[in-house]
Amino acid sequence: MGTRRQFLKDLAGGAALLGSGALLPSLARGAEPTSVGPPTLPSGTLQTSFLEALPGKRPLIKRTYRPPNFESPLDAFEQIFTPNDAFFVRYHLARIPEVAAAQWKLEVGGDATEKPFTVDLAALQRDFEAVEIPAVLQCSGNRRGLSDPHVPGVEWGIGAMGNARWKGVRLKDLLARAGLKKEAVEVAFNGADQGALDSTPDFVKSLPVWKATDENTLLAWQMNGAPLPHWNGAPVRLVVPGWTGTYWMKHLVSVQAVSQPLKNFWMASAYRIPKGKFPIVDRFLTQETDANTPITEMVVNSVITGPRDGQVVKSGQAVEVKGIAWDNGAGIQSVDVSSDSGRTWQAATLDEDMGRFSFRGFRHAFKAGAKGDVTVLARASNRQGATQVSQLIFNPAGYHNNVVSRVNLRVG
Amino acid sequence: MTALIALVLLAAPASKYPDESRVQLKEGPDKALVVGRCAACHSQDYIPMNSPFLDRKGWEAEVNKMVKSYGAPMEPDEMAKIVDYLATNYGKK
Repeated sequence: MGTRRQFLKDLAGGAALLGSGALLPSLARGAEPTSVGPPTLPSGTLQTSFLEALPGKRPLIKRTYRPPNFESPLDAFEQIFTPNDAFFVRYHLARIPEVAAAQWKLEVGGDATEKPFTVDLAALQRDFEAVEIPAVLQCSGNRRGLSDPHVPGVEWGIGAMGNARWKGVRLKDLLARAGLKKEAVEVAFNGADQGALDSTPDFVKSLPVWKATDENTLLAWQMNGAPLPHWNGAPVRLVVPGWTGTYWMKHLVSVQAVSQPLKNFWMASAYRIPKGKFPIVDRFLTQETDANTPITEMVVNSVITGPRDGQVVKSGQAVEVKGIAWDNGAGIQSVDVSSDSGRTWQAATLDEDMGRFSFRGFRHAFKAGAKGDVTVLARASNRQGATQVSQLIFNPAGYHNNVVSRVNLRVG
Repeated sequence: MTALIALVLLAAPASKYPDESRVQLKEGPDKALVVGRCAACHSQDYIPMNSPFLDRKGWEAEVNKMVKSYGAPMEPDEMAKIVDYLATNYGKK
C-alpha cells in the first residue's frame, strides 16, 4: 500500500481502463495510490490509516484512534465550507468528557481581572452580542507527514484543516465584563479534556492579550449554522481566526487573564518554531526565547482539489484546475497556476471572497498538451506579499509546510 | 477549575471511540511491556504511524519525551526495553 510500485500499478490500471473507453467521465479518476493520503507519507502511516467514522462523523482518515486524530479527505475541500461531519478531529489527550450544553459553565477570571464571573450557555447567548465569522481552522501540524526528512508526531497529510462559519460572542466582551486589568499579559484557556493519567500535563494554552481582545477572537457554539459537533469542541470552543488550531481550545471551561506568562509544557516546549525562518507577522513576545517562538499565524497556502494526482487526461482535452487558498487573514491576493511543470504561470480566477480568514476558491482552465507526464502547480500569494515557497523550510516539528501545490497528470 | 465545574465534568459521560484493535504491534520480545506502558495513554497505532524513519536515538528521544514531558510512569530498565523493542521492530533500517 502506498508504495511507488503500487502507484505505478494503479496508474497502469487507470490507463488500461481509459483505453476501453466505456463509462468514463471526461476526467477519469482512479489513479490515486490510496485514499488515505499522499504516497510520500511514512509507509507505516499509510499502512495504519483507514477511512473510519467517529460517532456523528462521516468516514474520515483515521491517523490515530485514541486520542482521536482523524483527517478530512481531499474531497471535503471541493466545497468552500467544510461540512461539519467531514471536519477534521484532533486531540492531544484521551479523557474527553461529553459536556451537555445545559450543564456547561465557563469560569472567566484570573489574577488580572477585577470581577471574575461564571456564565452558562443561556447567559452567554443572552448577555453578549452574537457574531458570525468565516474562518479556516488548521492544525499547526497539518502536512507534518510530508516533511522531508520525516519528523515524529501525528503524521498528517493535507486534511488537518477546515473552513467554517463560526458563530459566538467576542472574547473581548467577556474580558471587559470581568474587568481586565492593565497588568494582564496573557489570557489562558482550559478545556474539559484531560490525559488518561493525572501525571500528564493538562492541555492549557494562552494568547497574548492583544490577540485575545481582537474583535475576531470568539467563543463559538455554532459552526456552519449547527451546534458544534462533540469532536469539534462542544458546547463552546475558542475561535482564533488567522492563527493555527493549537489556540482554538475545545470544550472550553476556563478563561483566565494572567499577569505572568503561562509556563507549561504546551506553551514552553510544544508548538514552537525556530526564530527567523518563517515570514511571520504576528509575534507572541511574552513567550519568545532566544532560539524559538510559539507558532502563531498560518502561512499562505493552497491545495489543488482537481484534477487529482495521477489522473489521466487526453491530449487536447480541456482541463479545469480547481482549488482553495488561505493565509493568516491578510487575505488572498492571487493564485498563479502552471500547467507545464512550472515553466510558465498564469493568474487563476478567484472565486467569491467569503471573508479574509476563509478559504478562497480558485480555478484555471487549460488544454492538455502533448502526450507524456506533466505537473500542474498552484502558488498562492497574500495581500502582505507572502507567497508559497518552492523548497520546504524544514523545522523539527514539521510546521508551516507551504510548498507550492502540485499534481502530476498523465496526458495519454 | 471550580468545584462546580469539576463536578459537572465528573458527571459527564466519556466519549466513545471506534474499536482500535485493528492496529496491533508486531510480535517480539517485550511487546507486552510496550503495550502495557504505551497503550495506557494512547492507541498502539501511534507507533507504526511514526515508522520506519526513527533510528534508535530517535525512539529513545520519544520514550524520554513520554516520561519527562507527558508524565508516563516507567522505570529506567523498562524504558531501555521499550526502546529496544521500538528500534528493532519500528526503527529505520
